[in-house]
Amino acid sequence: MNEIAMDRPSRPVSAVLARVPGVAWILGLLLIGFSFFSRDFLTGPNLHNIGLQSVILLILALPQTMIIMTEGCDIAAGAVLTLASVMLAWVLVHDGSLPLALAAAMATGLIFGLANGTLVALLKMPPFVVTLGTMGVAQGLALIVTDGQSIVVNNDALQAVYGGNLGGVPLPLLIGVAVYALSHGLLYHTRFGTYVFALGGNAEALKLAGVRANAYLVAVYVLGGLMAGLAALILTARMSSGHPTAAIGMEFDAIAAVVVGGTSFEHGKGWLFGTLLGVVAVGVLRNGLNLLTIPSSAQVACIGLLVIVALFIDGLKGKK
Amino acid sequence: MNFALSRPGRFIGALTADLKTIGYRLAAALVICVILTIASDAFLTANNLLNVLRQASLLFLLASGLTLVILTAGLDLSVGANIGLSACIAASVMKLSGSALLGAACGVGTGLCIGVANGLLVALMRMPPFIATYGMLWVVHGITFWYMAGTTIYGFPAAFRALGSGYFLGVPIPVYLMFVFLTLGAFFAQRTTYGQEIYAIGANRESARLSGVPIARRLILVYTVSGAMAGLASLVFLARMNSAEGDIGEAFTLPAIAAVLIGGTSLFGGVGTVSGTLVGALILTLVLNGMNLLTLDASWQPLVTGIIVILAVFLDTLTRKRAEARK
Repeated sequence: MNEIAMDRPSRPVSAVLARVPGVAWILGLLLIGFSFFSRDFLTGPNLHNIGLQSVILLILALPQTMIIMTEGCDIAAGAVLTLASVMLAWVLVHDGSLPLALAAAMATGLIFGLANGTLVALLKMPPFVVTLGTMGVAQGLALIVTDGQSIVVNNDALQAVYGGNLGGVPLPLLIGVAVYALSHGLLYHTRFGTYVFALGGNAEALKLAGVRANAYLVAVYVLGGLMAGLAALILTARMSSGHPTAAIGMEFDAIAAVVVGGTSFEHGKGWLFGTLLGVVAVGVLRNGLNLLTIPSSAQVACIGLLVIVALFIDGLKGKK
Repeated sequence: MNFALSRPGRFIGALTADLKTIGYRLAAALVICVILTIASDAFLTANNLLNVLRQASLLFLLASGLTLVILTAGLDLSVGANIGLSACIAASVMKLSGSALLGAACGVGTGLCIGVANGLLVALMRMPPFIATYGMLWVVHGITFWYMAGTTIYGFPAAFRALGSGYFLGVPIPVYLMFVFLTLGAFFAQRTTYGQEIYAIGANRESARLSGVPIARRLILVYTVSGAMAGLASLVFLARMNSAEGDIGEAFTLPAIAAVLIGGTSLFGGVGTVSGTLVGALILTLVLNGMNLLTLDASWQPLVTGIIVILAVFLDTLTRKRAEARK
C-alpha cells in the first residue's frame, strides 16, 4: 500500500488511505459490523454507555502506553486498581469522606507504582515478572482486607461524581478527557515526555547525556499507579462497592488497547491517540459482543485474538 | 558441556550432575522443615509430609516444563490457564466417552496444542514470549469459561482418580510421577544434544544460531513440552479434585513461576536445572503448608507467593550483576 501511494503522488486519496493506521480500520470495521448485526448498537444511549464504560479503561491504558514505550509493562495494574477500589470503599464506609477515600486510593496506587518503578528501574529487574509478583501482592491484600466479601458503599458524594454532569456531559467522561489532555501534554510537550520516548529508544544514550533516566522510569510507573487510584473512584462508584476481584484482568484490556493502538513493545514507538482509538475499539468490541449476548468469557478470548492479530500486523510491518 | 554419552547408568549420571547444583537449596528446605516442626505439632506427621510431597509433585510436573522454557530466556504465562482448559476437556471427554484413557489423551493433547500455538507465536512470529503467552493466557481462559458455561463436571472412574489420590506402597502415585519426570527432565536437559542446545539458546542466542542450533525448532519444542506438561499436571489435579470447573487453573501460574525461580533457574536464560525446580516446588509447598498449619487464611497465599517471586527475581538479578562484574 505504502509503495503504491508513494509512486503516485498525483492520487492523494490512496495516499491518505495508506496513512490511515490499522486501529482505525479495525474500529471502522467493528462499528459497521455491529451496527449491521445489532439494531441496538448505533443508538444514543448505547454510545453513551460505551463512552462511560471506556473511561476506566482509558485511564489505565494511557499510563500503560508510556510504560510499554519504555520497553516495560505493568501487569499489576488491574490488581492495583482492585486494591485501590477496596481501600476507597473501606475508607468511605468507615469515615465517609470522599476526598480522604480518594487520597487512600491514590496512595495505594502511588505505593505500588513506586514499588514497581524501584524494582524495575533501580534494581534492573525484568518488568513482566516483577509486576506479576506485585500483582499477586495487590490481589492478596485485596482479599485479606475484604475477607473475600464485597464492601458495599452507599455514599451520595460518590454517586454524585459518577452520575453528575457538567453542561450535559457526564462527569466520568470529563475526567477521561482531562486525563487524556494531561497525558498528551505530558508526553508531547514536556521534557518528561521526551525522556519517555528516549527511555525505550535508547536508554543508554539518555544516561550518557547526563539525564537521571532511572528517576524518570520510576516516575512512569508511579504515574501508572496514581491513575489506577483515580480509576478506582469511577469503578467503585459504578459498582457501588469495593469487590476483591472487581478489576482482576482489566490490565489485559488496557494492554490490548495499547497494542492494538499501535504502540510497540520495542524501540520506544508509541502513539497516545492510537491508544485512545484502541480503548474505543476494545470498548466497542465488548459492548457489541454483549449486545449479541456473547458471554464475557468469550469476549476475553476475542480481545486476546485481537491482540495477537495486531501484534502479527506489527511484526509484518517491522519486517518491511 | 556434557554431550550425550553412550553408556549405561547415564540416567544416574545426569541426575547427580543436576543434584550437585542444588545443595544449598535442599539445605534451605531442611531449615524450613526444622522451623515448621518446632512451630507446629501437625507438621512432622506422615500424613502431612505425604500431603506436602503430593502437592509439590503436582507443582513440579507443571514447573518442570516451564523450566525448559525459562532456560531459553523465555516465559510461559499460559500454564495456569492451560491446566484449566486441559482439565475441562479431559473431564468432558471422559464423561462423554466413558473412557478414562481417551479423556487423559485429550487432556494432554489440549495442553500440547496450546504449547504448540505458543511456540509458533514465539518462534515463527518472533513475538516476545511473555506477551505471546500472556495473550494466550486470556484466549485459553476465555475458551474455558465459554466451554464450561459455569457448569461443573464431576465423578470420574476410580482407576483415573488413583492418578491423583491413589497410593502405591504407601506413597501417593503423583510422587512416583514426579520422580519419573525428574529423571526424564534431568536426562533430557543434561545428557542430550537437544538439552544442551536449549541451554545454548538461553545463554547466547546469537552464538547458538551461528553454531547451527535450529533455534525456531528448539523453541517450538520447549513451549510444546511446557504445554504438554501442563496438560499432564491437569490430569493429576483433576484426578485429585474429582471435579472440573472453568476457574481451576487460575491459581497455578504464579506458584509455577515461583518454583522455577526459587529452584535457581535464571529468567535471563541459560542457567538452571530441572532438579532445582523440584527443590523450588518443595520449598514453596512447605511455606504454603506451614502457613496453612499456622492457620493463616488461604487469602494470604497470593500475597506470599507474589513476595517470593519478587525476592527470587531480585536474587537472580543480583547474581547476574555479580557475574557480569566479574567478567
